[in-house]
Amino acid sequence: MKILTCPMNGPRNIDEFQSFGPVRAEPDPDRTADADWSRHLFRAENRRGIVIEWWRHVPSNYFFLAERDLVSNEIIRTFDASERRAQP
Amino acid sequence: MPLRLLKYGLSRDYPVSGDIPATPDLKPSYDVVIVGGGGHGLSCAHHLSKYHGISSVAVIEKGYLAGGNTARNTTTIRSNYITPEGIAFYKEAVELFEGLSQELDFNVMFSQRGQLTLAHTEATLRSFHARAEMGKHLGTRTEVVDQKAVEKLVPSLNMDYGGALEILGGLWHADGGTARHDAVAWGYAAQASRRGVEIHQRTEVEGFEVVGDRVQAVKTNRGRITCGHVLIATGGMNYDVALMAGVELPIRCYPLQAMVTQPLKPWLHTLVSSVSLHTYLVQSSRGEVVIGGSSDPYQLYSTRSTLDMKEHLAEGAVHLFPFLQGVRLLRQWAGITDMTPDYSPIMGASPLENLWLDCGWGTWGFKATPVAGKRMAETIAEGRVPDILRPFALERFETFRLLNEMGATAASH
Ligand SMILES: Cc1cc2nc3c(=O)[nH]c(=O)nc-3n(C[C@H](O)[C@H](O)[C@H](O)COP(=O)(O)OP(=O)(O)OC[C@H]3O[C@@H](n4cnc5c(N)ncnc54)[C@H](O)[C@@H]3O)c2cc1C
Repeated sequence: MKILTCPMNGPRNIDEFQSFGPVRAEPDPDRTADADWSRHLFRAENRRGIVIEWWRHVPSNYFFLAERDLVSNEIIRTFDASERRAQP
Repeated sequence: MPLRLLKYGLSRDYPVSGDIPATPDLKPSYDVVIVGGGGHGLSCAHHLSKYHGISSVAVIEKGYLAGGNTARNTTTIRSNYITPEGIAFYKEAVELFEGLSQELDFNVMFSQRGQLTLAHTEATLRSFHARAEMGKHLGTRTEVVDQKAVEKLVPSLNMDYGGALEILGGLWHADGGTARHDAVAWGYAAQASRRGVEIHQRTEVEGFEVVGDRVQAVKTNRGRITCGHVLIATGGMNYDVALMAGVELPIRCYPLQAMVTQPLKPWLHTLVSSVSLHTYLVQSSRGEVVIGGSSDPYQLYSTRSTLDMKEHLAEGAVHLFPFLQGVRLLRQWAGITDMTPDYSPIMGASPLENLWLDCGWGTWGFKATPVAGKRMAETIAEGRVPDILRPFALERFETFRLLNEMGATAASH
């Protein structure tokens, strides 16, 4: 059983969480050319390495971020979305 | 008995037939370099050499022959998809399997026993009607069947009458079946090598030399080779390998797991799959019950197996066939699958003139081994993408012409 430590609910079975995939830039749909919009929609990060992803704790419907290694599956850290917004 | 066998073993009348020659030295150049010695790459090599007279072909395989997803798949062969483009393509896939043992002079153990997909909700049943109508329209054998018919097709099923997972009906696909995955790959390899195709095992592609809009050479751990054309058919590694040529594919890698029980007497004569339980079962010709389900719930480059998935698949299997509860598992395994956003493959041209794609096969590509190889060989030989492949072009993501097969793929592959 893999444990994910939720910033709000603490360590829980990963079954309680839903992955929403790697964080991506949020382009303005009105100012984005079709090709870039296609990239935004369909080309998510798939590098062998560490990615930052959106996760949701399903029972509490709480969305947060996790840094995870796509090769070793190690969850390096989890944090509240406000921390991301705080970053420059 | 052993002595009599030894007589054959030592006799000159019965030489040991090495179907696939040992890996030769790399030549400096080939007309076609196929990256990936799985079913798809080998099928393309076979078709190039047999039907297009192109035998200056090297299949470059980093591990051993067909040890990637070809070795790991649960061998569902079917054409009951959703989109007309998808159905037309997979229909040809099934038809080629029907004649494959003859084509390869090798028994691929194709068993067209039909596939039954179960509906436990009205919504699923409605989606089955849509699939059945489209399937019939395009000439496949796909129909919606009621509870009585389901009971008759698979008498040992737990119908769960009155329960939360009552089986309301099914999608019966008489064209569906299975085949022996190793035999398919080895059959193609044997045919191709007989016609001069070189198969280079334990040879890894490490990069491409791109000049202008062409791949000039392929760099491997055993040396550099120049090439007329290159085909990428590297299964779960398609994203990585295409990126080496500067082509970024809309692919994300997810593990897909499966498992198999100890052998039982033959009792399950069709393929059975449940949309709600995310579980499907097929009894192999050895009597083992192969059990599969949906992909892992998050992206990962790993072929580890998990207890979670084992529990999930066992739960689904035991719900459908309660008498399986005491049966032991023999093995569990996983493959890395190259998932596309619309659950359809990416076949045809790439942004580079002589680099061709046979990618995005995710959890559904075994059944397409013959047809993809045939059509990609035609593409490379004639320098033109045939009509049947055009909808699967990489550009569809830029023109937003997706071929959404998720509903026909996520629970059975
Ligand atoms: C558990 C599981 C169940 C499945 N069930 C089904 C099913 O029921 N029905 C179905 O139709 N499909 C199924 N699939 C999907 C199917 O297995 C694949 O889509 C199909 O086998 C892909 O074949 P391929 O030849 O393209 O790739 P592979 O068989 O993966 O071959 C690719 C080869 O490329 C080699 N390679 C990778 N990188 C390099 C490199 N850099 N240099 C040289 N060689 C390289 C690999 O070693 C590998 O041998 C399943 C997959 C899994 C994992």
